[in-house]
Amino acid sequence: MATLTASEAESLAERHPDIFAVPLRKRLAGWLIGFGIVAYLSFAWWFFSVGQVLSGANWEIADAYMADWISYEIQPSLALKGNHLEITYPRFSPLGDNPDPDWVEKRMGTVEIPERGTPVTPDNGAAKAGAGFLGNMNSSNSGGFLGQLGTSAPGAATTAPANTPQEPVRREEAVLEATVHFGGEKSVEILPGLVRVQRGEEMLTFEIEDGRVIARDPLPDWAIQREPGAKVTAYLGFAGRVEIRDDVVKIRRRFLGWENFFFDTRSAFFGRSVGEVAHLVFFGERLDPDSSNTALAWQDFLNNTEWQHGDVWLKLFQTIVMAFVGTVFATLLAFPLAFAAARNINPNRAVNFLLKRFFDFLRSVDMLIWALFFTRAFGPGPLAGISAIFVTDTGTFGKLYSETLENIDDKQREGVRSVGAGPAEVQRYGVMPQVLPVFISQSLYFWESNTRSATIIGAVGAGGIGLKLWEAMRTNSDWENVAYMVLLILLVVFIFDNISNLLRRKLIGTDAAGTR
Amino acid sequence: MSVTNRPPVSLSPGHAIEVHWQALAARRRFYTIGGLLLMFAALSGSLWFANESNAGKFFDRLPYFFDFVGQLMPRDGWEVWRALFDLPSPYDDGSLKFDYPDGRVYVTDGFYIPEYFYDMLETINIALVSTLIGFGFGFVLCFLAASNLTSRRWLRWFVRRFMEILRAFPEIVIAGFFLAVLSIGAVPAIIAVAIHTIGALGKLFFEVVENADLRPEEGLRAVGANWVERVWFGIVPQVLPNFLSYGLLRLEINVRASTIIGAVGGGGIGEALRLSISRGHEAKTLAIVLLLFCTITAVDQFSAWLRRRIVGSQSFDFGRGD
Repeated sequence: MATLTASEAESLAERHPDIFAVPLRKRLAGWLIGFGIVAYLSFAWWFFSVGQVLSGANWEIADAYMADWISYEIQPSLALKGNHLEITYPRFSPLGDNPDPDWVEKRMGTVEIPERGTPVTPDNGAAKAGAGFLGNMNSSNSGGFLGQLGTSAPGAATTAPANTPQEPVRREEAVLEATVHFGGEKSVEILPGLVRVQRGEEMLTFEIEDGRVIARDPLPDWAIQREPGAKVTAYLGFAGRVEIRDDVVKIRRRFLGWENFFFDTRSAFFGRSVGEVAHLVFFGERLDPDSSNTALAWQDFLNNTEWQHGDVWLKLFQTIVMAFVGTVFATLLAFPLAFAAARNINPNRAVNFLLKRFFDFLRSVDMLIWALFFTRAFGPGPLAGISAIFVTDTGTFGKLYSETLENIDDKQREGVRSVGAGPAEVQRYGVMPQVLPVFISQSLYFWESNTRSATIIGAVGAGGIGLKLWEAMRTNSDWENVAYMVLLILLVVFIFDNISNLLRRKLIGTDAAGTR
Repeated sequence: MSVTNRPPVSLSPGHAIEVHWQALAARRRFYTIGGLLLMFAALSGSLWFANESNAGKFFDRLPYFFDFVGQLMPRDGWEVWRALFDLPSPYDDGSLKFDYPDGRVYVTDGFYIPEYFYDMLETINIALVSTLIGFGFGFVLCFLAASNLTSRRWLRWFVRRFMEILRAFPEIVIAGFFLAVLSIGAVPAIIAVAIHTIGALGKLFFEVVENADLRPEEGLRAVGANWVERVWFGIVPQVLPNFLSYGLLRLEINVRASTIIGAVGGGGIGEALRLSISRGHEAKTLAIVLLLFCTITAVDQFSAWLRRRIVGSQSFDFGRGD
């Protein structure tokens, strides 16, 4: 700022003593308030033990949950079975019943597996491994590593059955090695007894011997092993992570997007491209002889087990209905009551007072309490939500409307009365034209606001999408469903906000009524 | 307008006006009746749908509606007071229903706070802390969103959208997310309510700032004040009373909001209420409802009184602002 000379400042202060000589109390007030707020916040920090809660937080989980909003994981596990690998996917994997994704590169071969599935002892394992490599050679799949060993394999192969003559052995096609690609330069190569993790330039090699996981080189900070020989977890960024144990390698591969959003794995349309589905729906032969492809696709979409579109939309519609019906009924009931509560319209002071306290009561008991009560009375569902919104808003509207009525211009009423109108006509032509736009505007505003409230009270059982949202959150594994529902809610609130604004502008010209 | 385009053959001016007025009135009536019919259809359809998808049907449940009111009647009038002040009950049979002294929160050996008063205190503190946080952040953000103070369009656009997202994002989702990360307690409730408050207050604040008188700001600009000084000395003194008024309104809303968030796991009185209703503890439920009612009324009255002192009766508007 521009600076003044000392004499100028002094003369200024002399001319305006009331501004420059502020009493001490006033000068300190700002500091005192600031100090009070800081003191209160420190008290709150202690009262809610915020520090403790924050340090006890599981931020790693938070990361995973956030990622779940927009992505999904596929978790194959590759069991190390001595001479081969067994790749399994969890039940209800997003890839369907027989997943064979192209990012898991497998090299097959014939191996000998003990008939009774007895665990392979380490010494046995060495012999079996030899047999496996032989089988691999036969299957004409040649990698550099295998080719080298293959030359020494025949000897091992002949000795293997001799070592364990009493054990019945079956020969089977099995996975000998697998490479899991994580996109970019990241991949994990898994062989029986050996795991290589590649992340960009870096390459980690682990040997698995005698139930121990041994790293060949010192581990970088993205791979964690709590103690020597224990399991290793290697983090590959957003793409996922690998957990290497002595008997299994667990992969978590993350993909951006919402999995199986349209059709779940049981659907006939699962795994088909948009073009294929469109072709099937419009021109294809019936997949199910009982219904047309369009109906089938629609049913499969609505009953998608992971996304439950049909149910989500139904619940969302319930929420909308709750807000709409509750607001309309509250408006209808509050309208006559407000006339009785307004001092300038109903001269009976006792009725004015009682009605106003009644409105206060309805409002102050709070929507949550009403919601809990009506859930007990009607059972969970939208009726409880409607009743809760209706009761709370009757109080709110009653208060707002009666205040509006008390602020009207009396001249208009006098004019109507002076031409000999009866009491009802005075209200109709003297009062209504003044207040109706304001009333409607206030109701419209609360309609939109109730759409939000209905979401929240739904979580305590009063119907609508709230409960579904809450359940999805409680499982801690369906955050993508939460994201989907939040998006739908935001969309609905946005649309209703605009409708309500549009109607208000149409009805009263501007966004008046002072509800904001 | 179609009437004026017609040649006014053999019509007196008065008649033309009459015809025009009739046409307008008819159209108006048509819209009104059409709107009402549409409304009625939507309402009946909605009611039917709500009734169909409810667990209990309206007319089936109606005869039993007051049964649950009966279930809420305590065994005698004093039970409510005993539950409220954690006094021993003569009906104590060791069950949760009558274990009032069990919930006492001892401050010292002899002095205790009754359980529900403590819970209520927690809820009020959640509301207060989140309002303060929301006020602070909203205060900082609103000047960046006001078109008369921030000339960069992209910054304004960004800040406004940001606040809109904070406001529109369902509180319950934020609470649920932080409940999962931070474990059950008051902190997730504070975060959820505070985030919503930032958005809601920020919007109200920047509208106040846009209506502020810019002459003090111009004066400061003339003597070479920088942006922060112009805002702090030119705008803030004008808008602070309105800000405080909106902040107090928000506090009223947040007391209710933190009760609701409490009921879904955020601790405080909301949780106590939900548990006691679902377990059918009539005296406890009534005690909590009474306490909540008194507290909310008291907070509303206090806030209304303070607002009247701060801004006078003007801009004493009632709004939920979310």
